[in-house]
Amino acid sequence: MKDAPSLVHRRACLRLVIALLGVWFSVSFGCGILFREWLDAKAPQIGTAPFGFWMAQQGAVICFVLLLVVYAFVMNRLDAKHGYTEDH
Amino acid sequence: MTQDHLNFIFIGISFAIYIGIAIKSRAGSTKEYYTAGGGVSPLANGMATAADWMSAATFISMAGTVALSGYDASRFLMGWTGGFVLLTILMVPYLRKFNKATVPDFVGDRYYSKLARGVAVGCAIFICMTYIMGQMRGVGVVFSQLFGISITSGVIIGGTIVFFYAGLGGMKGITYTQVAQYCVMAFAYTIPAIFIAMALTGNVLPQLGLISDYTAGGEAVPFLEKLNNINTELGFAAYTSGKLSTINMFCITAALMCGTAGLPHVIVRFFTVKNVSAVRKSACWTLLFIAVIYLTAPAIGAFARVNLIEKLHETPYQEAPYWLQEFEETGQMAWVDKNDDGKIQYYGPEKSVAGSHAVFQGKKPSYPTFEATEEQLIGPHGQRLLANKADTSNPNELWFGNDIMVMANPHMAGLPMWVIALLMAGCIAAALSTAAGLLLVLSTSISHDLMKKIVKPDLSDKEEVSYARVASFLALAVAVYFGINPPSQFIAKTVAFAFGLAASSFFPALLMGIFSKRMNREGAIAGMLCGILFTFGYITYFQFLDGTPDQYLLGITPEGIGFVGMLINFAVAFLVSAFTPAPPQAVQEMVENIHIPSGSGQASHH
Repeated sequence: MKDAPSLVHRRACLRLVIALLGVWFSVSFGCGILFREWLDAKAPQIGTAPFGFWMAQQGAVICFVLLLVVYAFVMNRLDAKHGYTEDH
Repeated sequence: MTQDHLNFIFIGISFAIYIGIAIKSRAGSTKEYYTAGGGVSPLANGMATAADWMSAATFISMAGTVALSGYDASRFLMGWTGGFVLLTILMVPYLRKFNKATVPDFVGDRYYSKLARGVAVGCAIFICMTYIMGQMRGVGVVFSQLFGISITSGVIIGGTIVFFYAGLGGMKGITYTQVAQYCVMAFAYTIPAIFIAMALTGNVLPQLGLISDYTAGGEAVPFLEKLNNINTELGFAAYTSGKLSTINMFCITAALMCGTAGLPHVIVRFFTVKNVSAVRKSACWTLLFIAVIYLTAPAIGAFARVNLIEKLHETPYQEAPYWLQEFEETGQMAWVDKNDDGKIQYYGPEKSVAGSHAVFQGKKPSYPTFEATEEQLIGPHGQRLLANKADTSNPNELWFGNDIMVMANPHMAGLPMWVIALLMAGCIAAALSTAAGLLLVLSTSISHDLMKKIVKPDLSDKEEVSYARVASFLALAVAVYFGINPPSQFIAKTVAFAFGLAASSFFPALLMGIFSKRMNREGAIAGMLCGILFTFGYITYFQFLDGTPDQYLLGITPEGIGFVGMLINFAVAFLVSAFTPAPPQAVQEMVENIHIPSGSGQASHH
């Protein structure tokens, strides 16, 4: 089971997952909750909306969709690279 | 043609479509009953999952919650979508690879224990039950408004319909029905929003309207600034700042996210597609379809709030728009003329010393019985009178339920009748699709996980499906009962509890099962039990017993406690597993194997 290629694949997947979770945390909990007040006051407005508020109600959701697109794309490519693809 | 006729036509057509689809694609085998045969396309599954996921609470109450609490409601927006990210990148591809039809199946096999399976079945049934009650309530609210009947009869009618096509059609039947339901919901939700955005801000896209200027009142002002001013003038907290403490906001959002990732009825949806790669694509589609609605909700909430206040505040009752009376009739709005001036006043909690803006005593409006005299029923201005005593500690006179922001939206904006009819059809689609999905998980939990795997292993395929159908009938009967007598006031609140429980039981068990080879039976069971008992106890204490807010742990409300329960679950599980033997070799190999994406084959239930 523990042949090298599967381990390389697993590490690559794990790195991707951790990177995506980092973005996930910072757009939602970071911008939307923890630093919201600071961002509302200091960061440039989105249209006429305060930045932190906009992130919490719109921006975070948009980022989530993008995250999943990246995930599906990169993971399916990783699988193909390591010979795990099965779309016949 | 009246509004009622149009409503009947729209809902009639949509029902005909759903039932037609359900009959055409009804399940024959257990495999089709549980996983639709495993060959649904990622796009169709994405749509169906989005419909399954978006409950009546989301559809009817979420915009209202946003309108009422402004920034604070972001916890729902981020929580319910962010959970999907966790679900997709940490859970479903691996569970799909593991190749069993239900979540308790995974827990039972991974932790090589009937007890673990039993605990998981218990949690699944409990979560789905809590959740489905809110759905039945939602159906009841819509039907009551539609046919002018009581909510009770509405709930019963809705329950009957759900039973017919979910109980009989199985996963295959509901998947294709849900695709149709999603389309109805998406149009019903976005079309009124577009009209209102154009009326108030001159933008076609509601999302752009939210971040541009309010133009309906002559001079253009930034929309959110306008809303902040209205809020503070009337004695509410500023719309964009909110009142929840940061730690509470953090915990609630986290509980909702992790809860989402542990919801059994969403996880099973991904067993219907072909392979792991299709699961990932399907999850993308799902979140995209969900985002269409979630990005519109904050805009609807904000627009509706401005509209409602502009139309009603300081307006004499007799000149108030017609829909106020309609919603008084159905008990969704109420006006108590505290100062006898014949005008409607709407004020927030900061306008009184008591810090409340309750219109009357008691949680919900109640009305005089049928024997009441004319004077007890109708007030001097023609308003419907309540049986509740007025709460004179504050000047607020207008009460409305959370669902009013969506339901009254087209009326407020003066939209054509067909938009209102479409909205009704959308509400029903939202409630039915989620109720059907939940019912399916409930019935499979009982027939497959409980009967076949624990009580009676020699059950044949056919018997199993009939058990599932009987189970769905029983489950529905219980759900209908609680839909009529809801244990909690708002639909959204009931649902929020299901998430707390999912976060504190399933999420850690699944995550550790997938990513830790060392996690063993003893650790997982101890963790699940501690997590769920803690969460359950906390919620019960504050919700049903006499807990008061000043006793909250670190100021965390029952909604957010699932996050703490989850941490307890993780801690207990790791501690216990460190002192007990490692899992058997076969199980460790199984964990190894689910990380290899190929070879998932058809989802099976054996």
